[in-house]
Amino acid sequence: MFESLTEKFNAVFKSLSGRGRITEANVSDAMRDVRKALLEADVSYNVVKKFCKDVSEAAIGAEVIKSLHPGQLLIKIVNDELTKLMGPVDSNIYFVSPGPTVIMLAGLQGCGKTTTAAKLGKYLVAKGKRPLLVADDLQRPAAIEQLIILGQQADIDVYSEDSKNSVKVAKRAVTHAQKNGYDVVVLDTAGRLHIDEDMMTEISNVAKAVEPHQIYLVCDSMTGQDAVNSAKEFNERLELDGVILTKLDGDARGGAALSVKAVTGKPIKFIGVGEKLDKLEEFHPDRMAGRILGMGDVVTLVEKAQEQFDAEEAEKLQRKMAKGSFGFDDFLKQTKAIKKMGGMKDMLKMMPGLGGKLGDMDFDDGQLKQIEAIAHSMTPRERREPDIIDSSRRRRIAAGSGTQPNDVSGLVKTFRRSRDMMKALSGGSFGGLKSLFSGGFNMDTLTAAMSAGRKIKQRSKRKRKIIRRGKIKRR
Amino acid sequence: MGIFTKTAEFFKDRLGKTRDKISSSLSSVLTLGRNIDEALLDKLEETLISDDIGIETTDKLITELRAAYRSRRIATTDDIVPFLKEHIKNYWPARDRQLRLAASGPSVILVAGVNGSGKTTSIAKLAYILSRNGKKVIVAACDTFRAAAVEQLSIWAERIGVQIIKHKTGSDPAAVAFDACEAAVARAADFLILDTAGRLHTQKDLMRQLTKIRNVVTGKIADAPNEVLLILDATTGQNAIVQAKMFTEAIDVTGIFLAKLDGTARGGIVIAIKDQLDIPVKFVGLGEKPEDIAEFDPDTFVEALFD
Repeated sequence: MFESLTEKFNAVFKSLSGRGRITEANVSDAMRDVRKALLEADVSYNVVKKFCKDVSEAAIGAEVIKSLHPGQLLIKIVNDELTKLMGPVDSNIYFVSPGPTVIMLAGLQGCGKTTTAAKLGKYLVAKGKRPLLVADDLQRPAAIEQLIILGQQADIDVYSEDSKNSVKVAKRAVTHAQKNGYDVVVLDTAGRLHIDEDMMTEISNVAKAVEPHQIYLVCDSMTGQDAVNSAKEFNERLELDGVILTKLDGDARGGAALSVKAVTGKPIKFIGVGEKLDKLEEFHPDRMAGRILGMGDVVTLVEKAQEQFDAEEAEKLQRKMAKGSFGFDDFLKQTKAIKKMGGMKDMLKMMPGLGGKLGDMDFDDGQLKQIEAIAHSMTPRERREPDIIDSSRRRRIAAGSGTQPNDVSGLVKTFRRSRDMMKALSGGSFGGLKSLFSGGFNMDTLTAAMSAGRKIKQRSKRKRKIIRRGKIKRR
Repeated sequence: MGIFTKTAEFFKDRLGKTRDKISSSLSSVLTLGRNIDEALLDKLEETLISDDIGIETTDKLITELRAAYRSRRIATTDDIVPFLKEHIKNYWPARDRQLRLAASGPSVILVAGVNGSGKTTSIAKLAYILSRNGKKVIVAACDTFRAAAVEQLSIWAERIGVQIIKHKTGSDPAAVAFDACEAAVARAADFLILDTAGRLHTQKDLMRQLTKIRNVVTGKIADAPNEVLLILDATTGQNAIVQAKMFTEAIDVTGIFLAKLDGTARGGIVIAIKDQLDIPVKFVGLGEKPEDIAEFDPDTFVEALFD
């Protein structure tokens, strides 16, 4: 019932304006689905709550292209935001000189520290380093033997002692590494509960004694809501540098990744994707986002629709260019598209037949705004047929846009020139382009001359606001 | 069976350690005589989901709560928690929680679970508590895959004084199970507990291998295994449901051993597992020592969900 109502509302809204926008009402169903998906993926309740609130607030107002439902676009936005939240990617291990670089692994029981230690060792060998694995889990029966065997399998040296003092073992292991020319020390520690005071004190003592350059929390990707509690405590006690997410070769959705990132703010460095020792991979936030949300089909649909939309617009534009009937209306549409696509340079690269030919031409996107202000102050007819702009119209446009009449005439002249350029380009004669540029098509001088330091009037400001609202601020 | 005496107190003692403010915020909305409203239900939802009960079972519980409210079985906020506690406790009737025993000959317990769930330690605990109560226990090291897994179980067997059947790492786990069954019968053991390698339920080959081990056991001892325990890490989230489902398909799980319940995780997922798959919890693990085991007690468990 509600869904069909929403759809009707959307249809009406779309037909009125030509395209819809995300509103609280038209995405509430989708938002509920998102919330459910995140909770089912084990993202912490409070993280989900905050995330959903932030995303829906920020997404409201975003434009929806005709072929899409606002809810679909929302899911794409959610997907992008999840990706951003779990990023940026930083799989670098920062090595110190002189060595050895000491890396300590910590985590709950059974999260996969020992296997990860061996995998990390193998990864380091592949990076040209000479690692030493240290068996500092003195609690679990046969934990030392396990690391020794894994070390043999990976052909990496393992340091171990028959001792009960993990602080001393760690210290002597580092000294051993220094003396014997190892580049990196990978310290395996005993699994412990974050609320086990004795064991948490022990691990901070180990950390104080050897001052590891990097401390990674090893976290089982199947962890549920408790992931926030343990990660928070480990981070407070040890000041983590990163997280390694294990057992991702299973089918757990891995919401713990988001929870841990949210409470610690530390990057997820690597993921474990199998029991074999080469199954350690660098972390990709986009893949993880898709996995947690589990709505890949909708995301793909939206991406395709957006591509399609852009392609159709580009084609229309190209036809107009070829005919030389490119007006200011098209120009305004383009500036919008340019912003959406990430800037003038990228946009020109996308133009058929233009890719790469522009070399290092520089365009300042900020200047577009002033040109936009002038274009917005024109009547529809003036935008279509700039040739009709006479001195009286020029004065009016200048007043409306807060510029001078000669700025307007300068823009119209340049516009005509660039229209001719586009026509020439569409015809494929590249030579025309160079002559036009050498003739002075230069946005810098143009806009500087036009309105140096002058205010852009209200209309333009409002427009910018809308654009900004469409974007989502990062937390 | 009288073996796990005093365990309810032990269970209670080990639970209820430092916890997030979640529960306190629940009690803050459960003020005396307040009417049941959406804000309160939201808080309740937060509590249940934070216990890993999962959105589906949480929705179900809240729907039942609403129905009880409408039909005036509950009137004020004071009735909410008692209502839910009672409701959840009823998921596990006493008969469900008893260890299944063989009518005669050795009772065989097959143990399985994903990597790192705590199988070997849990087996040590079971073996310890059984042998301390005068039972003759044999453990079998069928995890021939993971490095030093055989050594790990051997050390435990030695510490707690039970016999172990083992082969070399890398050998066929079904062959170990075969030998262990023969030994259990020949040596007139009361219990045979089989450890298996950790495996993700998505690994089809390894799940087939597990079925093979079970079949070998059934072939050697009629009606065995009597108990098939899935070891579940209490910190596991919603993935535990799929785990329980897939392991049940492979080896017909009869009960859950909820390990690592001494942390801040409450293991609420076992409610969803009982609700959706009808698999009861039988034991809980509450520490790293062999005696840190208790029979599952719904009262204590449920109290901890809301404390």
